Amino acid sequence: MTVVHQRAAARPQIVASPPRAGGAAGPLPDRVLMKGNEAIAEAAVAAGCDAYFGYPITPQAELLEWMARRMPEEGRVFVQAESELAAINMALGASAAGARVLVSSSSPGISLMAEAMSYMAGSRLPVVLVNVMRGGPGLGSIGAAQGDYLQATKGHGHGDYKVPVLAPSSIAEAIDLVRDAFILAERYRTPVILLADGILGQAMEPVAPAFRRLDKSTPDWILDGAAGRAPRVLKSLHLQPEALEEHDLALQAVYEQIAANEQRWAAEQLDDAEVVLVAYGTAARVARTAVERARADGIRAGLFRPITLWPFPAHPLRDAAKGARAVLAVEMSAGQMVEDVRLAIEGAVPVFHHGRMGGMVPSPDGVVAAMRRALAAGEEAGR
Amino acid sequence: MTATEHVTEQEGRTIYRRPLLLSKPTTYCPGCGHGIVHRLLAEVLEELGLGAKTILVGSVGCSVFAYDFLALDSVESPHGRAAAVATGVKRYRPDKVVLTYQGDGDLAAIGTAEIVHAAARGERFTVIFVNNGIYGMTGGQMAPTTLAGQRTTSSPRGRDVETTGYPLPVTEMLSLLPGVQYAARASVGDPVLVGKAKQSIKRAFEIQLEGKGFSIVEVLSTCPVGWGLTPSESMERLRDTVMTAYPVGTFVDRPRGIAPKLPQPGSPTRSITEGF
Repeated sequence: MTVVHQRAAARPQIVASPPRAGGAAGPLPDRVLMKGNEAIAEAAVAAGCDAYFGYPITPQAELLEWMARRMPEEGRVFVQAESELAAINMALGASAAGARVLVSSSSPGISLMAEAMSYMAGSRLPVVLVNVMRGGPGLGSIGAAQGDYLQATKGHGHGDYKVPVLAPSSIAEAIDLVRDAFILAERYRTPVILLADGILGQAMEPVAPAFRRLDKSTPDWILDGAAGRAPRVLKSLHLQPEALEEHDLALQAVYEQIAANEQRWAAEQLDDAEVVLVAYGTAARVARTAVERARADGIRAGLFRPITLWPFPAHPLRDAAKGARAVLAVEMSAGQMVEDVRLAIEGAVPVFHHGRMGGMVPSPDGVVAAMRRALAAGEEAGR
Repeated sequence: MTATEHVTEQEGRTIYRRPLLLSKPTTYCPGCGHGIVHRLLAEVLEELGLGAKTILVGSVGCSVFAYDFLALDSVESPHGRAAAVATGVKRYRPDKVVLTYQGDGDLAAIGTAEIVHAAARGERFTVIFVNNGIYGMTGGQMAPTTLAGQRTTSSPRGRDVETTGYPLPVTEMLSLLPGVQYAARASVGDPVLVGKAKQSIKRAFEIQLEGKGFSIVEVLSTCPVGWGLTPSESMERLRDTVMTAYPVGTFVDRPRGIAPKLPQPGSPTRSITEGF
């Protein structure tokens, strides 16, 4: 007696596509146009998300709205919480009871969820948390930004823990990564962050409407009433220092496994690159255009795009940058990921940063100009 | 029948035993009420046959240890968030019995938003709210429930209502909400009161089993160490002072027609402005 709800049909519900012959039962088109927030939500539904908890915040509100319609249709759990604090704690409870859970928010709301993320990491509770990043600090703006990189990869709540962070750079990729995020969350019993931004959330792109389902097994740690077995306690409290250290070491062992097995990245035109751009998410889209323009101008540029921000693909980046004269991190922030880039490169190649903030997006020409400066400065540093 | 035969006949008959759900002796301070409330909870769940389908949502404070002593599937919550955590558990597993076990620092201070909105939504779980008017675990600081004039380690001259406000009657406040099916305040002040507390706890779980809405039992309790009193002095203070400020009784039992007479949102049978 463990499966509570029927798994999703693989066929996604798509409202943004043009009317199709045969109505809802007709064949799906090869490509449909979907908004990022809605595609992420539907990908979660298709992947068998049992419960969603959220709170309205721009620029992720459509995700909540999609789930408000779709989850009840599927007979699953949807609650609009009174705060992000409550939403993530509802997720904590549902996860403890064995649900596959999605929560979503944007930067200020993610800060409120930080507390429970720490508890969930400490209690080994899986959840997928979508952050559709906006400008900060504080209330900031509702424009797209990447100022939460350090929060996502190094921190959020208190204590010694890490969570996998997946960074899509297109809506199609976001759809795949939602499912992968559930896989990672359940494989390692950990929260997983899907780090998107306001542009990925708000833009519409053509996607293949082949959202994949995900089977679910019943783990041996969930709470369902201690019938015929010893009671289980899911907790992060270990008052004896020896016991807590043992628990923390077990967590660290999991993180080592994740770091060893789950690094992902995409390499584009890196074989002969004299300048290596490093960018993720929307910034990577700009960087890709900048690489094309630079190559048209005779600059041998390439793009290294981390897909897992933690674990950061440090060795692959270091390998990719071998032979390059400069590495340029392109971000929609004051320079956050660039810290991981520097740690990865370990001084082997000069590392530079180009970024915009506050909801502003770097322009391809601005990135090309930054490449030229980086190459010149790299030349200088090399003398 | 001889006296010997009489004794033999009585052998093997259980007069009283520790409830099976109370897995081991508690380690609370002498005179603390938690042990009594744990026992009542264990007895009620056992009598209702719910032990193997109950999920306990813990909280922060001395109440966090409940899962050490109650043989129940349990999950810990961040401070104040138990009602949100329980919402998640119960929404996903409506077939299970779910309870939170929270103290007054947890429920009435840091967790007010979560408890109010869980009650407003009429979440179908049970809250056991143990109110001793103080932050016991951290050394006896003032809580929102601390009585006016009461000395604590953070109100050393006594609680000054001009600067720190008045005691918060959470259960009365929640009683106004239509989603609340059962709300009662009980006490562990003497054996008769303990018996009544058990009845209230049992009724709260019966309401949950009926699946109608939110149920809460506030249990007035003691903190001899935090109050600076002996165990027996604490029980006297509980009866003579605390219960005067916080009257015990059943505030809401909607299935039995007990509820504050208020206009209910969504069913305005009479305009509240009538007569103006």
